[in-house]
Amino acid sequence: MTHHSGASAGNVPEPRDVRDRSAPDVPDQNARDRDVRDRDAVPWALGVPACVGALFLLLPLLGLLVRAPWQGLGGILADSQVLDALRLSLVCATAATVISVVLGVPLAWVLARARVRGISVLRALVTLPLVLPPVVGGVALLLAFGRQGVLGRPLDALTGVTLPFTTAGVVVAETFVARPFLVVTVEGAFRAADRGYEEAAATLGASRLTVFRRVTLPLAGPSLVAGTVLCWARALGEFGATITFAGSFPGRTQTMPLAVYLALQSDPEAAIALSLVLLLVSVAVLGGLRDRWLRAGSTL
Amino acid sequence: MSEDVARPTWPSGHPADNTMAGPARGALLVDGIVRRGDFTLDLHLQVEPGEVLGVLGPNGAGKTTLLRTLAGLEALSDGTIRLGDLVLDDAARDTFVPPDRRPVGLVFQSYRLFPHLDVLDNIAFASRSRGASRRASRTAARPWLERLELTGLATRRPGQISGGQAQRVALARALAADPGLLLLDEPLAALDARTRLTVRAELRRHLSQFGGPVLVVTHDPLEAMVMADRLLVLEHGRVVQQGSPAHVAARPATEYVARLVGLNLYAGRLGAPAGTVALDGGGSLAATVSTDLRPGDPVLVGLRPSAVTLHTTRPEHASPRNVWPGTVEHLELLGDRVRVQVAGAPAALVDITPAAVAELALAPGQAVWLSAKATETVAYPSPVVARRPVSP
Repeated sequence: MTHHSGASAGNVPEPRDVRDRSAPDVPDQNARDRDVRDRDAVPWALGVPACVGALFLLLPLLGLLVRAPWQGLGGILADSQVLDALRLSLVCATAATVISVVLGVPLAWVLARARVRGISVLRALVTLPLVLPPVVGGVALLLAFGRQGVLGRPLDALTGVTLPFTTAGVVVAETFVARPFLVVTVEGAFRAADRGYEEAAATLGASRLTVFRRVTLPLAGPSLVAGTVLCWARALGEFGATITFAGSFPGRTQTMPLAVYLALQSDPEAAIALSLVLLLVSVAVLGGLRDRWLRAGSTL
Repeated sequence: MSEDVARPTWPSGHPADNTMAGPARGALLVDGIVRRGDFTLDLHLQVEPGEVLGVLGPNGAGKTTLLRTLAGLEALSDGTIRLGDLVLDDAARDTFVPPDRRPVGLVFQSYRLFPHLDVLDNIAFASRSRGASRRASRTAARPWLERLELTGLATRRPGQISGGQAQRVALARALAADPGLLLLDEPLAALDARTRLTVRAELRRHLSQFGGPVLVVTHDPLEAMVMADRLLVLEHGRVVQQGSPAHVAARPATEYVARLVGLNLYAGRLGAPAGTVALDGGGSLAATVSTDLRPGDPVLVGLRPSAVTLHTTRPEHASPRNVWPGTVEHLELLGDRVRVQVAGAPAALVDITPAAVAELALAPGQAVWLSAKATETVAYPSPVVARRPVSP
């Protein structure tokens, strides 16, 4: 310090002194820059679990890709039983989604708007299948719609229609499990919607139903699409409630997830191939959601 | 059209018709009360067809509630709302016409244009809501684009147009519904100061073309005076004054109105020798008594800031009958003049030239003398609504 202040006071030695000091300063400055950069660095206490978590997610998927019977893939997928399962899955998931939209959107509106006592209880019940083990859902459906069930018996007596162990039963099971995803998403959008637009529509002569169709629903569009896709994806992957309520009859109730599970015991190669297909569908859904709707929704 | 049958309350026969055909224009007659918790809005007003009523009042006075009640977004707690032959709300008979059945157009403060529809479809919304096809409703909406100088904006979304344009779209959308009553809530509040000037003149023109009663809510007195034929002042949920803009400006009923129009206003009682008013806030003024008033009557005294003269010494041999001392509190430059706030009995706002400020070397805290001619000091009967003494 004394040297430095002395050098500053004298005019002549100063340039040299500065150069002398600047030489050791170079690594010093780098170190300081590194210190600054380290501020943005991830603390290892967070980084290590994060890496483990990411690996835990990626490794199984990687394993699937590595073990996939790429050579025999075409043959396995061309198998009629596999195609049946795939077709059944797509049809049932789509049907369940349509029912979910038709019955779920009005329900979401009521949950978001109705000022009725007990509506919060109903709201909790609607979301129950989100946390309920799907198998339990399947059992509950059996007790309700089974041949001896509360609703199943009169249904059978009156129309001769029985739901369990039929393709319709698959749709019912998938609807039961997947619909809350749609209801919750759409209800949130209805609740967050600016009621001012609905008031404006009313002053322009729109009835309540017209307000819903022309204002409320279009403004909730991005959420409706997101909820629909989530619902469809969940229905496509449904296993527990389906196998409990509808069983696993090839061509009739054996959807892809059931086919994968059963094939794993007899024909692991086929199971892997089927899993690959489901993975592909999931990735496509995710990609579609991200690019088209999640972003559009966020700008609204 | 079958739609007509479902709308017996509509005043004209064919709401789904061409929207250019005006419905039977009737006067708006409101006589009722809205209660919301602690707040009570007491409404007695009448607006003739073709008349523009400016509703003026401070925030929280109930201006927006008034409009929402007329539009059917709120219900009266008591009383009636009539539009021509039509009863829109009658609390006693439990008659309530819901907003979608009322021939009432409301232009909201933030316009509330539908963000998912383009300009044309926004304007076409009303006729579409009444069952017209997409094509027919658009055809009906198109003339409004020209009428409100929106040509070329038909396919724009509300987010892609300027504030002034959005204001016109909102007006077009309301007018295209062919209302018998038009309501505008702070129509210029969402605009920047420069746009406001041009839009104000435009809006006045469009409103004068509308045949039914119009209510324009505002808290800007200039806006109200430019756009309205008549003013109604709401304060604390009550109508405190109604009258022509000139009348309200000359004889404000309350301190709020006086401040808006820049007038000194004093409440007092007429003294025994008629012509002198003992002010509630202290002091007295010799005034010109405008009507048959008796000693002891409560009166308001209005005094223009430009009619007060300011002196640094007591004026000798002054002709004005009102001379009193005061202290300069505050100086404010208002365009080409300076408004001096003087404390005293009574306190007063005085307008003088900037040159005079320099000449007299005025500064806050300085003792001064004020004078005003009795001819410039006008006393008029205090409206019953002025509940507390007012003074600037």
